[in-house]
Amino acid sequence: MAEVFFFLAAIGALAGALGTVLVRNPFYSVLALVCHLISLAALFLLLRAEFVAAAQVIVYAGAVMVLYVFVVAYIGGADQPVRGGGAPTLRWASLLFAGALFVELCIAFLGTGLTILGEAGAGYFAGFGTPAQIGRLFLTDFLLAFEAASLLLLIAAVGAVILARRRTGLEDAREISVADLMADPQYKGTLGDAERGTLLEAGGPPHR
Amino acid sequence: MSIEWYLVVSALVFCIGLGGILTRRNPLVILLCLELMLNAGNLALVAFSRAHGNQQGQIFALIVMVVAACEVAVGLGLIVAIYRRRLPIDVDELRELQG
Amino acid sequence: MTTFSLLILLAPLVGCIVIALTFRVLPSKLHGYMGTLAIAVAFAASIGAFLNLQDRPREERQVVVEVWNLASTAGVDAQLSLLLDPLSIFMALVVSGVSMLIHLYSVSYMGGDRGYTRFFAYLNFFVFSMLLLVLAANFFLLIVGWAFVGAASYLLISFWYRRRTATAAGIKAFVINVVGDVGLVLGTYFIFKHVGTLDFLRGFARVDQVFTRNEGDLVAGCLLILVGAFAKSAQVPLHTWLPDAMEGPTPVSALIHAATMVTAGVYLTARMWPLFEQAPAAADVGAIGGCLTLLIAATIGLVVTDLKRVIAYSTMSQIGYMIMATCSAGYLGGLFHLMTHAFFKALLFMAAGSVIAAMAGEQNLDRMGGFRRAMPFTFACMVIGGLALSGIPPFSGFFSKDEILALLVARDDWHIVLAVAGYVGAFLTAVYTWRMIFRAFYGEAVEPARELEGGHLYHAPTHTNPATGEEEDTDVGFPGPEHHIAEREGSMKAAMSVLAVLAVIGGVVQIPNVTNWLHDFLEPTFAGSRYYETLEPSNSVIYGGFTLGAALGLAGIALAYRLWVVQPERPAAIRARLAGVHSFFVHKWYFDELIDTLIVRPVAWCGRFGRNVFERVVVNGVFVGGTSGAVRAGSAAVRAAQSGFLRYYAALLALGVTALGLYFLLAAS
Repeated sequence: MAEVFFFLAAIGALAGALGTVLVRNPFYSVLALVCHLISLAALFLLLRAEFVAAAQVIVYAGAVMVLYVFVVAYIGGADQPVRGGGAPTLRWASLLFAGALFVELCIAFLGTGLTILGEAGAGYFAGFGTPAQIGRLFLTDFLLAFEAASLLLLIAAVGAVILARRRTGLEDAREISVADLMADPQYKGTLGDAERGTLLEAGGPPHR
Repeated sequence: MSIEWYLVVSALVFCIGLGGILTRRNPLVILLCLELMLNAGNLALVAFSRAHGNQQGQIFALIVMVVAACEVAVGLGLIVAIYRRRLPIDVDELRELQG
Repeated sequence: MTTFSLLILLAPLVGCIVIALTFRVLPSKLHGYMGTLAIAVAFAASIGAFLNLQDRPREERQVVVEVWNLASTAGVDAQLSLLLDPLSIFMALVVSGVSMLIHLYSVSYMGGDRGYTRFFAYLNFFVFSMLLLVLAANFFLLIVGWAFVGAASYLLISFWYRRRTATAAGIKAFVINVVGDVGLVLGTYFIFKHVGTLDFLRGFARVDQVFTRNEGDLVAGCLLILVGAFAKSAQVPLHTWLPDAMEGPTPVSALIHAATMVTAGVYLTARMWPLFEQAPAAADVGAIGGCLTLLIAATIGLVVTDLKRVIAYSTMSQIGYMIMATCSAGYLGGLFHLMTHAFFKALLFMAAGSVIAAMAGEQNLDRMGGFRRAMPFTFACMVIGGLALSGIPPFSGFFSKDEILALLVARDDWHIVLAVAGYVGAFLTAVYTWRMIFRAFYGEAVEPARELEGGHLYHAPTHTNPATGEEEDTDVGFPGPEHHIAEREGSMKAAMSVLAVLAVIGGVVQIPNVTNWLHDFLEPTFAGSRYYETLEPSNSVIYGGFTLGAALGLAGIALAYRLWVVQPERPAAIRARLAGVHSFFVHKWYFDELIDTLIVRPVAWCGRFGRNVFERVVVNGVFVGGTSGAVRAGSAAVRAAQSGFLRYYAALLALGVTALGLYFLLAAS
């Protein structure tokens, strides 16, 4: 029975992964990733890691992916070609690298004699993977990691706020007149306004 | 089921994520592929945790999840900042840091 | 003795330093007197050393004063020690005495020159280095003094440094002197290699044991020392610098290029007599070189028209006599002639300086004439000097020149050829000397002479370079606007009178069969020589030589009188008939052109080649450009990895991880 669930979850995970990579619309990529994450949660359950599975669904699929959705909505999910024009020959080489890495990893796992593989594994005791166990470990053996992780979260939050802050320098925010912008026939308010590659080359925003 | 299945799945997802990073041009999608790789690592960790019989791997996986969340926050903040400056959202165009 | 030797050396050095340091502090006339006083102190100390030496018994007359033990490392003993023996005291007396008189002369002669103080500083430095050279007790100090003398000569020849001709002459003199320096140093090495010590007395004592007669290394060493002597004494073929050195002021010509520096080569060959007696091959080469020089210089002196250059070629010729003598073991004759030559040549130069001043800087004999009535004192000095030079009895030059020729004849071998050449040279000497005197003082008086008879010293409207005729200033680096003649300046008269007296009576120190003072005095230095005691010309040789020398001198004067006083148009006719020979002599036997073709051009070509090919292509191109180009290419190659593409970096990362994994896989299996 476990094998059936395993294969279902595995196929879901792989499908989600492939979808993330191959789909052109970034919004659909996000959705594929959500599917992948939920399949992964199922796999975690199969491995008796209940708390991790729950955290995966709530935190990862729930919060992080919602963040992604917001940003995609803000930026605009225009269809973009998968193939790039910057470094053309890189695509096949990079796929080759990825394939090579996969082969290596498989050889490592399957070929070498890791004694742990092929066995049934260690014994399972009641309470393995329960939140109580995880919590106790966090607050005793791995307290440092726990605190460090919380500090990291704080720093990341502050950093994100600062990064996305509207900076002074180009223009004062209060002096932008939307009416003027709308009145300018050249200004369309989309990415197409950028004639040259970078703002630096263009010498500033186009409507100056 | 022996661990190898889970490890192979993990490796496969990892390499798919790697291929995605190397191929896509939208930084957003690149970040998504990065998530894939992180999750693959998580899967491997939890699998080994089950194999060893202690929960250290699971703790590690939780911490990885925390780190991934932070990194996503900062990365998306970067992308928003890029968008705000009306620069093209394309890693091939964003290459001023060059020799 | 130590005090005397230190005084001899240090008085001029202190004089130089004090004059130089009080450059603008004291009035320049005072500097002149200070310089003269310094040399007077040195002269007095030389006399003191002489008396001290004579007080000692004969065996102890070679005193080494060790001032400082500088270094005795690696078998090279370089001490600052001074040797006071008859030869060095003799040289010190001549050098300091004549220098003192020339300093006195220059006090008035150089008046008005903007570089007056500099002149006396240089002059004192020169005397110091010359005294260092003659008092040195080992090769080390000798070479130091040798080099200093060369440097001082350069400084003084190009004294009027804004004259292009003067600086070119200074460089020429210095370069040829350096060639001599190299020869001297290499020669020292050859000797030192076998003898093992740089000290003179200890080294000479070992020469007979260490070298066999005419051994290869000894001959090589002596030949190289001869190169040094020839360069310093302006013998053929290293002589081309001396006529050009007349660009310096007349006192410089008198001091350096007549009495002292050019005699350093004679001193050297006399001092090294143990080496040369053990290597007769080298000594013979030296004698032949001296002989050739005396003839070549005499022929050129017959045709040049610049007053100072006539006297310069005369110097070259007379030094040829001295070198011929010392290299043929006629040491007494060579040194005796050195002394008398210093007297009358300095006198001649001083008188020439007076004439040139009267001509307001003009030096060309063609434009001179009839100064006899206008400048009686100068004329008298010139006549005395000329008589001494021509070897007329009873003047000093007669005794010294005939001593040389008698010693050569007494050798009783092929040296008699040299003696014959010497007599021919004596005749030519008389001719060219009196040619100069008659042309300058007899004949129709030129305008400066007439003005001077009227009591007014001629001043040229514009100051010009006497050699090229280009206009000059009278500021620093050029001759000053004033001209001083002997008749009007007391110090000049005093110096010239003393020298005139010495030129007349100087021969008295060594009249054969009557007074043997010089021979006895110098004997301790040459004790052990094969020839010094044994080379005694027989009476017939002596008196025969006397008669022959006097006759040739008088004949020369008579010929010169005939050609330039009685029949002044004759010389032009002779010149027209022997135009080819005349042109050959006027071009100084084409030595300058020869050296230019053989040495100067190839060296210049090498320099150009070095600059254009080696420097530009190899050093700049390959080494500098290549290194920087390689670095630049390397960094460009590395820079290519920084393309700016994010995916490129990620791909490299992935490649690295894959490779690492491969490595671990292989290592584990």
